[in-house]
This record gives sequence, C-alpha cells and structure tokens, in this order.
Amino acid sequence: MILLPCPWCGPRDADEFGYAGEIRPRPDPSTTTPAEWRGYLYLRRNTAGWTRERWFHRMGCRRYLVLERDTTNNDVRPSTDASSGSGS
Amino acid sequence: MAEAYSALALLRHGVTGRSWTPMWRERPLERGYPVVIIGGGVHGLATAYYLAANHGVTNVAVLDKGYLGGGGSGRNTAILRSNYLTVEGVRFYDRSLELYRGMASALNFNVMFSRRGHLTLAHSDTSLRTMRWRAEVNKASGVDSEVIGPDEVKRLVPEMDTSATARYPVLGALHHPPGGIVRHDAVVWGYARAADRLGVHLHQHTEVTGIEVSGGRVTGVRTNRGPIATPVVLNATAGWASTVSDMAGVPLPVQTFPLQAAVTEPVKPFLRTVVVSGTLHVYVSQTARGELVFGASVDPFASYSTRGSLEFTEGLAGHVLQLMPSLAKLRLLRQWAGLCDMTPDFAPVMGATDVAGFFLDVGWGTYGFKAGPVAGEAMAECIATGQTPEIISAFGLDRFAQGRLVGEKGAAAVGH
Repeated sequence: MILLPCPWCGPRDADEFGYAGEIRPRPDPSTTTPAEWRGYLYLRRNTAGWTRERWFHRMGCRRYLVLERDTTNNDVRPSTDASSGSGS
Repeated sequence: MAEAYSALALLRHGVTGRSWTPMWRERPLERGYPVVIIGGGVHGLATAYYLAANHGVTNVAVLDKGYLGGGGSGRNTAILRSNYLTVEGVRFYDRSLELYRGMASALNFNVMFSRRGHLTLAHSDTSLRTMRWRAEVNKASGVDSEVIGPDEVKRLVPEMDTSATARYPVLGALHHPPGGIVRHDAVVWGYARAADRLGVHLHQHTEVTGIEVSGGRVTGVRTNRGPIATPVVLNATAGWASTVSDMAGVPLPVQTFPLQAAVTEPVKPFLRTVVVSGTLHVYVSQTARGELVFGASVDPFASYSTRGSLEFTEGLAGHVLQLMPSLAKLRLLRQWAGLCDMTPDFAPVMGATDVAGFFLDVGWGTYGFKAGPVAGEAMAECIATGQTPEIISAFGLDRFAQGRLVGEKGAAAVGH
C-alpha cells in the first residue's frame, strides 16, 4: 500500500486519490499559439525520478493537492506548497 | 552462422548428441554503424531483421541495456488480434497478424502461433454499440469480426457465467476468429537469430547514456561501453521512450504506466479462446503449457516501478471469478509488471523527427507486442528509403502539434 500525504487529512491510502498528472506551466490562452497550446495539452516530461504532481483526494476531503514523488520507486514527500492545489 | 532448424537437423543432433550452436553471436562493439537501434525487444529486432532482409542494410547494431526481450517483449500477455476501431489501426494490426501467421517459416523458428479466436465481452449497451461499430469497421477492411450473443459466448466458453443475474451480465461479444496467442520469447529469439544470421550485431548490456546531435543531425551515441558514430538512431524502447528521446532533445506525448499481469498454475486445457472484458479490466488466455495468463489495465498512476501490488491481485481475482466462477480454486503462480508508454490517443508515435537521423518507434502503450512485426517492417522501410510508409503515415509525432489525433481508445484500452 502506498500512503500519500494529504495536507488536510494526513497520510492516506493512494487508492483514495485520483491522479491528475505532472505539473506543467499553462500558457496564457489569450496569447498562446495553437502549436504551443497543443504542446501544453499533450507533451509530458515523464520524468524517471522525482517529479511534482497534482492529485485529487476524491474519497476524502475532495480537494486538490501537490506532492513530490520518485517515479522509479514511488517514494513520496509533501511539496512545500502541498495545499496549493492549483500549483503551476 | 547458426545452423538451420529442421527435422533432419533434430535427428542428427539426437543421434550424435552434439550441441546446437548458439542462436546469435557476441560480437565486438564497433566504433561506427550506419544504423543504431536502441532497444533489443521485438520492435528493435524486427526492424533490424527487416532492414537486412528487405533492404540489404545489414551493418546494423541493436543495443539493449539489459538482455534481449527483457522489457515489454517478455512481459506482455502475447495476445494477437486486429479488430481495432479506426481504419488506420485495423489495416496496421492486420498486417502484423499476417506477418505473425507466416513467421515460423519466414524465420525458421517455431513461435507457436495459435489461432484460437478472440472474444471481447460487452456488459453494457454502450460497449455493445462500440462492438457493432468495430465489427463494421473490421468487415469493411476485410477482417473477420462479428457481434455474437450470450448463447454463442456460452457455446464458445462453457465456463463463462452468462446468466442475466451476474453483477455485469454478458450482453454479447465481439468475436474475432483470426485472433490468438503466440510464444512471446520465441518471437524475440526468432528475430534475433534471423537478424544475426544476416549480419546484424546484437549488443546486450550496452546502455545508451547520450545521443550526439550536431547541427540538427544525429552524429552518434554514447554508451557504457564507449562511443559509437552513427548517422541514424532508432528509439525502439518501451518504458524508457521519454528518457532516450530527451537525449536527442525531442519531447514526447508519453506517460509511462505499469501494467500488471499474472499467471496461474497449469491445468488441463479447457479455454479455447482469448477472453477480454473491458468493463472488468481483465483478459484471460490459456497457454500451450496450460497456465492461465491474466492481464489487466494499467495502474491508476504513472510510474516506472515494476513492483506488484496486492490491490491488483485482489481486483484481478475478483474480476476473473465474476467471469468464470469455477476458477475459484486455481492458485496464482506469479505476477509481474511491464511498463506501458501511454499516448493521448492510444496510438503509437512512429517515423522521423525534427532531428535528422533520429527516428521514433515508441508510445506503444498496451498494444506494442502485437504490432512488433509490422512496426519493424515499416520502420525498416522508413529508415532505408527515407520515406514514411503509407501504413504508418497517421502515426507521426507531428500529429499532436497539428491536432490530428487518431482516436483508437475505444478498441485499444484494455481490450487486448
């Protein structure tokens, strides 16, 4: 079982969460080009190692959170801005 | 040169007790090759074989950081089918099935292809509608595919619970008679042996640590055994697709997810077809040895870890028993995980890139093994001629920037 640190509920089983993927900068829709926007939509860093990502505590407080995870072994640590679900 | 396999050779070895020569040779790593293929799985080896066999390009190196067939090629559930949803997908996978059918004689290697039919179950009106859609697309492309009712499913698989009171009742199924299974290790070894006989160099335990790009062109690769000069590099990896592409500065629309599978102890042969349920996230087939092979959908979050989880085993067992309650006493022998490079449209990424000489054959999600032969054939043509073959023209990396996604999710997700 993998435990994820929810800033509101504490450590909880990863099954309670929805995975919302790695955090990537969102271009400004009013100035972006179609190619740049599609890059934002589809391209991923897909890091093998520590990465910052967003999760949704769907069976708990139903809030978004940010955490850091090593994708090679699923070690997890809270992000300094864990409660800033919007991340950027 | 490895000897040819035949009844006469078997008799000769049986009588004399002489050992067989190794299937492929260890050769020294040269300083340069015209073509370097990263990834010694079915895709990389098939590409090397077809480069040599179809295009006369024999001076090819295949590099693998582990052993041949140790990645996705040895971890998949070895199911073959061509009943996809899009016209591009159907013709592509049907060509692969055709190559699999003729593979044993083409490679002089018994790959144990078993044509046994493939059932994709529908448990809801929505999935029944998708099955009808797929059947029509398949038939229009000349692929044998038909929607059948629960009675016919019961006739094909008597062990299946087709009662109307099941938690997820079987409303029908897409029946695809040409589908089947194959021995996946044999496919890898067959291609490796055939490529070696044609002069391809196979280098195991040779990890690529960098790709040299100069003036927008590939000039070489760095490995743990020294540098290799080359104008052409093919990324034929799974699980490391993004890592290798990053070395050439080509970002990919890929996220890597583990997919877990499991196998039971062997039992008497009873299951004649491949059974797939998208709703229950499970697919089942019985090997020639009698083991039942179970596969699932990918894990719920991206990861490079291939560690198994109890959540998976519990879920899998429950789902299998909903389909076939009589399997309750079977014991699981082992479970494992492979890495799946998922793309947004459940179609692969193939062909040239903006970096001259850097080619991609990646993004194979959960459907890479069945596509190995056709991918190798097409990538060999792409590299040898410099032209993108028509059969993979829909799968280019540029489709994402242009917004031309393929949309194969309806038939590629889970439904193996």
